[in-house]
Amino acid sequence: MAARDLHGPNAPWGDGFRVIGKANPKIDGLAKATGRAVYADDIALPGMLHVKFLRSPHPHAKIRGVDTSRALALPGVHAVLTGRDLPIKYGVIPWTPDENALATDKVRFIGDEVAAVAAIDEDTANAAVKLIEADYEPLAHFLDPEEALRTPEPQIHEQTAEERAKRHKGNVSKRVALDFGDTDQGLADADVVVEGDYSFHGTTHTAIEPHCAVADVGADGLLTVWSSTQITHYVHRALARVLELPASRIRVIQPHLGGAFGGKSDPFALEFVVAKLAAITGRPCKCLWTREEVFYAHRGRHPMRMHYTTGAMRDGRLTAVDAKILIDGGSYSSFGLVTTYYSGQLLTGPYDFPAYRYDSTRVFTNKPPCGPKRGHGSVQPRFAFEVQLDQVATKLGIDPIEIRRKNFQGSATKTINGQRITSNGFAQCLDAIETASDWRKKRGKLPAGRGIGCAGSMYISGTNYPVYPNDMPQAGIQLKVDRSGLVMVFTGGNDIGQGSNSLVRDIVAEELGMDPGDVRVTAADTDLCPVDLGAYSSRVTFMVGNATIDAARKLRSQIVGAVAAEWDVDAKRVRMGYGEVFDEADRERRITTQEAFQIAEVRCDTLGSTGSYNTPELGGDYRGGTIGASPAYSFTAHAVEVEVDQETGRIEVLDCWIAHDAGRALNPMLVAGQMEGSAYMGIAEALLEHHFVNRFGLHAGPSLLDYRIPTAVDTPELHALIVESLDPEGPYGAKEAGEGPLHPSIPAIANAVYDATGVWLTDLPFTPGKVLRALRAKRRAGTLDPVAVSEKELR
Amino acid sequence: MLRLPEFELLSPTTVSEVTALLAEHGEDALLLAGGTDLLPNMKHELFTPRVVISLGAVEGLRRSRVEPDGTLVIGAMTPLDTLAHDEEVRSRAPALAQAAGLVAGPQLRRMGTLGGNVMLDTRCQWYNQSYFWRSALGFCMKKDGTVCHVVEGGSKCVAAASNDTAPPLMTLGAELVFADANGERRVPIADLWLSDGIYNKRSKGELLVSVRIPPQHAGQRGAYGKLRERGSIDFPLFGIAVRFDVEDETIVDAAAAVVSLQARPLALKKFDAAFRGVPTSGSAFEDALATAADLAYKQCRPMANVPGDEDWRREMAPVYLRRTVRAALDGTGPVHHV
Repeated sequence: MAARDLHGPNAPWGDGFRVIGKANPKIDGLAKATGRAVYADDIALPGMLHVKFLRSPHPHAKIRGVDTSRALALPGVHAVLTGRDLPIKYGVIPWTPDENALATDKVRFIGDEVAAVAAIDEDTANAAVKLIEADYEPLAHFLDPEEALRTPEPQIHEQTAEERAKRHKGNVSKRVALDFGDTDQGLADADVVVEGDYSFHGTTHTAIEPHCAVADVGADGLLTVWSSTQITHYVHRALARVLELPASRIRVIQPHLGGAFGGKSDPFALEFVVAKLAAITGRPCKCLWTREEVFYAHRGRHPMRMHYTTGAMRDGRLTAVDAKILIDGGSYSSFGLVTTYYSGQLLTGPYDFPAYRYDSTRVFTNKPPCGPKRGHGSVQPRFAFEVQLDQVATKLGIDPIEIRRKNFQGSATKTINGQRITSNGFAQCLDAIETASDWRKKRGKLPAGRGIGCAGSMYISGTNYPVYPNDMPQAGIQLKVDRSGLVMVFTGGNDIGQGSNSLVRDIVAEELGMDPGDVRVTAADTDLCPVDLGAYSSRVTFMVGNATIDAARKLRSQIVGAVAAEWDVDAKRVRMGYGEVFDEADRERRITTQEAFQIAEVRCDTLGSTGSYNTPELGGDYRGGTIGASPAYSFTAHAVEVEVDQETGRIEVLDCWIAHDAGRALNPMLVAGQMEGSAYMGIAEALLEHHFVNRFGLHAGPSLLDYRIPTAVDTPELHALIVESLDPEGPYGAKEAGEGPLHPSIPAIANAVYDATGVWLTDLPFTPGKVLRALRAKRRAGTLDPVAVSEKELR
Repeated sequence: MLRLPEFELLSPTTVSEVTALLAEHGEDALLLAGGTDLLPNMKHELFTPRVVISLGAVEGLRRSRVEPDGTLVIGAMTPLDTLAHDEEVRSRAPALAQAAGLVAGPQLRRMGTLGGNVMLDTRCQWYNQSYFWRSALGFCMKKDGTVCHVVEGGSKCVAAASNDTAPPLMTLGAELVFADANGERRVPIADLWLSDGIYNKRSKGELLVSVRIPPQHAGQRGAYGKLRERGSIDFPLFGIAVRFDVEDETIVDAAAAVVSLQARPLALKKFDAAFRGVPTSGSAFEDALATAADLAYKQCRPMANVPGDEDWRREMAPVYLRRTVRAALDGTGPVHHV
């Protein structure tokens, strides 16, 4: 990490923040609200063709042949592609390139892409798809991860001899087993040990905009792809690889995006296919996936079966945590290598673990591939652990908030797995939910059927692990100054609705003392913008924010220096603020920012600057030790109050208090929006959503009617309580806010249901039918301890 | 986005034009009322009519009136949202107003019509899917295939009647007025249904013109209860309408009907017998309520036709019966979880 990467938490000028910390409207808010924003599907180019896919109707089959002749003969069809046309494999993680844009030799789930048609309109393309004759030889398929794990044949992905040696017997995608401290001793020394099984069912992103890509090859041979991606840079790299084109001949642009949540992080078949078809046909090509196709593209949250064992002393101090996790990866690797690490690596805060061991195995199954969804890899283990922590607290008779306080790891420390913790506002988060929810008056004291519960979590603000190893900056910014008084910001960062373009605008305005309206942003265009690694792993505020400060301060010193020379005063006296540049020692001496830009342009030549950010050396000294190693971690605590209808089994979340340590809320309105949106999504995953693949290998309901995301009337009161710990390395002290606040929502509901009913819910989703069965089981058990887990007696 | 299959759109302006077109095009034609169900079904290629006859411009189908004897006549094209807020409907047929107000969500209720809901196609998780999805499944007997995936080896389609307005109309003894080229006929709604999920109505090639609700007892109390996962949008997982006629706080007549179990909406048997002559509160009432709840549990056997946990749906039948009965007598319906 260079000095340029550290800017401190303070305002750039002496008298506090002018733009940062305010609820500034989003840069694209009006455009989106009025329908003027241009999304990928709004792009229509002259002569454009429409692209449709043929998909596999089999969960697992060899492709004997694909006959496209009848489709090609249909009037209006310009081209048909099969796997043979795009034979090069890719994968977002360079170590696991196991995807083809179109299947070459076999299909691995119902919905796998087999062929694609470009035609003059969508109806013709659809009609042509029905004329393609694909001949399959069905293979045995696996829908259950345990069966896939223990069954060596058939392999969903053919293994090399080396992989065969490593991958044990079954359809293993990745295994990570790591051991920190003496877990066995820790459990042996514990006064109480709770052991139990927990399961997460699988959910998907449901961004309201389906995936869409448009490609055009210009007369000069330059390929331009507009795509609804959240990582322009990786799409750019993948296109170059698969299309065998120099990256310099490809331009990727992300238009306005209608939500992503991790579901637009991978390179997708449609991007390669529209590009290839545009090259073949000489016409622009567009593909907009249907909602059903988005469910097949998936990359949503992995189903996990988790076995946890936690030991604690009588006073509540944890002694050891042991986890064994089976991860259902679906049919391709996607980010699965990272998922497998994250399932263990990200649990070691905000509590101090004296010893910790995890053994996570991701297996392939013949279902839509899983990948990163908001809170990638760590939402499921967090659910298991936070419920188990409450079970430990219950055994010990300790209040759930107190046991979390007791084990708080503190700030400026290191986790058992070697992650560096800088700022840590978790204790304040606990205080905030305790006060706001009136916890002490409610916990254990609410009428039957009503309960309150809590949970905590931590999450990364980006990591120092770029998916392809390199030492170049992880975030870059360019500023260009116009004589009109305008500053243009060029950022490779992807604004996916989270407000990253607004953030860079506000930082530049803050640093240059300008009205944010005089700063405009061009983003996510590989021709125009410096590389940024994209909107994933909650890295944007931290990394792009720091790069923006870096660029703005360089520009500032040019302008201040030029004006100081013009006035023949010490540069320290020249200050930018309120849209002006003035002499702090003589306030009457002032010029507009525009005049200052012109003075600087005379003295410094054409004005501009660049800025960048790279992480410091981080992570544990072991294989995988950098995965999950973040320059700063956010922390969250939730309290939720629920009402359980004992007759219907329905859980109603009445209130959800979300306390989140975002370091500094650069825009508190956007931070609160992320906190509420995260909690909404977590509650939905706990109570309603289920990405369910039925006994035939078919997604049970690939539509927004049958995949039930909550409507406004299903959404509880969400209370965002922002905690600011001022991180020493974050931009003005900021950390992430987009993913962390999701984590506690699921276990907090389970823990509240226990308070309400005495029943532990450990198997997601918490459907009313399951709740009723659990209540019945408890009634049958009579006075037996409702903790449905094996345990050692208190010594 | 899914595309609509190609069709010819016709926009007649009178009932007789509609019936003439129906006679002319026969099975090739489908009627378009609000379109909230027909259009998604066409996109799924469940229906691929050559001709779609829009009812939007047909005169008179949105008109409602109360006849001198107190019969309420509701035009079939009356939007569900209008129905839900109509004062005559709320007072003369409270359960119907409540049910109409719980169909789908607000936007769909402004488009969807009473006639469309009465004539709604049956629904099933193996049927209401795209062509690709159904082809991967190998289809089912309701459309393009031969087997049933709800009841393996079953010979009869068990797709579920899913219209919220059917149960209240059954408890109210409604009559449906159909028109074809030969004129009009009236059908008591209880006689409309067939136990066949492929097509569950004794009406083909006709236009539903209006729904007639006969004069009701002055002491009528009614309510509708709807079970669904979300507080909006979703079709019923179970729906129940009850009607009580009360004189001097004694029940003199009662009816209940349920939907979302099997191909046809069902009148609950012996519901009237359980309550007739019973006061509206007290231990005799509680006994009657318990009896009726048991009847509901025995008669209501949800199948895995619509999405959702069928065991839970069955458990909810007595629960929703009890709650809906109480709501009707207390005047607090509908019974809905939000």
